[in-house]
Amino acid sequence: MKSGVGVELENLWIKFGDFTAVRNATVRIEEGEFFSFLGPSGCGKTTILRTVSGFQEPSQGVVRIGGRNMAGIGPNKRPTALIFQNLALFPLMQVWENIAFALEVKGVPKAERRKRADELLELIALPGQGDKLVDELSGGQKQRVAVARALAAEPQVLLLDEPLSALDLKLRQHMRTELRAIQQRVGLTFIYITHDQGEALTMSDHIAVMREGVIEQVGDGKQIYDDPASAFVASFVGENNDFAGTVQAVDNGQAVVATAVGELQARIATAARGALKPGDSAMVFIRPENFTIVEAAKGNGDGNRIAATIANEEFEGQSYHVFLEGEGGAAIKMSLTNRGQARTASAVGQQVTLAYSPDQAVALPAGAMADEE
Amino acid sequence: MGIAATVRKFIATNGLGMALFMVLGVSFWVLVLVVLPQITMVDFSFRPKLPPAAIGGPQDVYTTANYEYFVKGNPGNPEGWNRVDVTVFWRTLVAAVFVTVFNFVLCYPVAYYMAKVATGSWARLLALSLVVPYWINEILRAFAFRIIFGDAGLINTVLKTLGVIDVSIDFIRADVALYAGLGYAYILLMIFPLYSAIESLDKNQIEAARDMGSPWWRIHWRIVMPFAKQGIVSGCTMVFMLSAGALAAPQILGGPSSLWFTQIIYQGFFEYFNWNRGAAYAIILLVSCMAIVLGVTKLVGGKAGEIGR
Repeated sequence: MKSGVGVELENLWIKFGDFTAVRNATVRIEEGEFFSFLGPSGCGKTTILRTVSGFQEPSQGVVRIGGRNMAGIGPNKRPTALIFQNLALFPLMQVWENIAFALEVKGVPKAERRKRADELLELIALPGQGDKLVDELSGGQKQRVAVARALAAEPQVLLLDEPLSALDLKLRQHMRTELRAIQQRVGLTFIYITHDQGEALTMSDHIAVMREGVIEQVGDGKQIYDDPASAFVASFVGENNDFAGTVQAVDNGQAVVATAVGELQARIATAARGALKPGDSAMVFIRPENFTIVEAAKGNGDGNRIAATIANEEFEGQSYHVFLEGEGGAAIKMSLTNRGQARTASAVGQQVTLAYSPDQAVALPAGAMADEE
Repeated sequence: MGIAATVRKFIATNGLGMALFMVLGVSFWVLVLVVLPQITMVDFSFRPKLPPAAIGGPQDVYTTANYEYFVKGNPGNPEGWNRVDVTVFWRTLVAAVFVTVFNFVLCYPVAYYMAKVATGSWARLLALSLVVPYWINEILRAFAFRIIFGDAGLINTVLKTLGVIDVSIDFIRADVALYAGLGYAYILLMIFPLYSAIESLDKNQIEAARDMGSPWWRIHWRIVMPFAKQGIVSGCTMVFMLSAGALAAPQILGGPSSLWFTQIIYQGFFEYFNWNRGAAYAIILLVSCMAIVLGVTKLVGGKAGEIGR
């Protein structure tokens, strides 16, 4: 098996008539890494994947795979293999024929093709299933056959277009682990497209978050989650409470922002360092899990406290979510881990004070937000 | 479920009026339009030709004479076999196979283009331009071909003007006009089954094959054609059956020395007034064509039921 190679996108623009699907994307994907493009539908991530695989020519810019410019090279000549969202397995062929299709194309003799297909069936933990028809397999098995079929082509880069979206939750979580394990075993570069931030965070070495054709941030999962580069990233990845306001003071990497629920103190995101000045419009993001409920209502205003009224509660098993209403009707959500004992003595209508650590709150310049799903 | 219960359920699902109409309509179609004429034809074909007065008389007995005539010809025939009729029969079948293959080769790329490449109003315009010529009567279309392929027709004129030929080519005698006319007559019956079969193929499958390095011909051979098999089988069946059974096109476009088997059947009925022999010949053609279609379908692994689709 060949080892992975790096992929570079340089000032990539992709336009369809008047519509610009990708704007000036520049990304460097290292060899052998699991790289995800994360964004809502229509953000241009699939277009990028089709451009890397060669089904789409860029309007401007360069795609390099293993350092080689791919301009004018068709999808059948690139060292990439694409796994389609609907898998696109060939329903009229047996499982092993599906897997060995790339070898058939290369003119490998039948006995050898069969042997290789059986080896790959071992790799994806489906030994002895080669003679079945594709439709006799379960969803997760089809998934793995699609991976094996792509691997049989001996690509250096594997491209995956939301391949897990059709599976149910349990299987999807299982397949995440599985895919990651396969990737580490074969050592190929994986480029993964998803709108599911959970998938991106669990599997990826690096993630590019996209919005409306623009890459807003590239980083590892922790950076993206803890240190978002834009209001969109903060609101799209994971759950977040947002408070819009005006910067009052900036000091030592922290900002004080006057919001409807009072003055809030927050760490300025790395990407926004130097960009926030007093008087600027800004947003403070505080994740639901970073709130704690402290003693009775003490009011707003000392920087890391918010007064709120409990409006509702939702129990989700491992955690429960408390929905609160702050000053001016601001909706606030907090999450508490369920530890099995009696819950805190909270009740709907109760007035409480939420506290957070300013280090765990992020201040960013105001900007577009992710749509509510 | 008992018969009474089945009937009750059928009436309950469809309503009494609709249920009655369906039963009557289907019975009329099957019995009066399909079964009875065929039985009459079979019955005719096994009786001797008799003057009207003798029909039903002592001479009117079942006989295989009409079928024997197809093989052997007249009792005094020195050759021992019916050279003309058997040759024409054989040639008709071969020609029908040729027209079918020619039609498939011509229509497959067009159907693929319409189903997978052309989009929106362009695709609709293409479909319309295929259909429009068929608003003209079949016989008129055959005459149009005769004019196009005639001595002083469009093709000969163009070839002469370009200096490719000096003397007109006799397309009629060479049966070129006949094949072209037959091919054109049934293009729609080939294109539409192919189109609807290819249209439902997931485009990702084509791209997946391409992504794995497949050249275009292998994509068609391994992915598109197997998927469209039903459409191919049904298109080829219709074109083959109708070409073998065509009468107007061979009558108008056929060369002076080339007979189509349907013309011999026609002669049997309307020139010799030997309906019994005509019926026997018609049944020979029908059964042979069905055998060929079923045989070929079996060979490519399709089911007989797919023919009608």
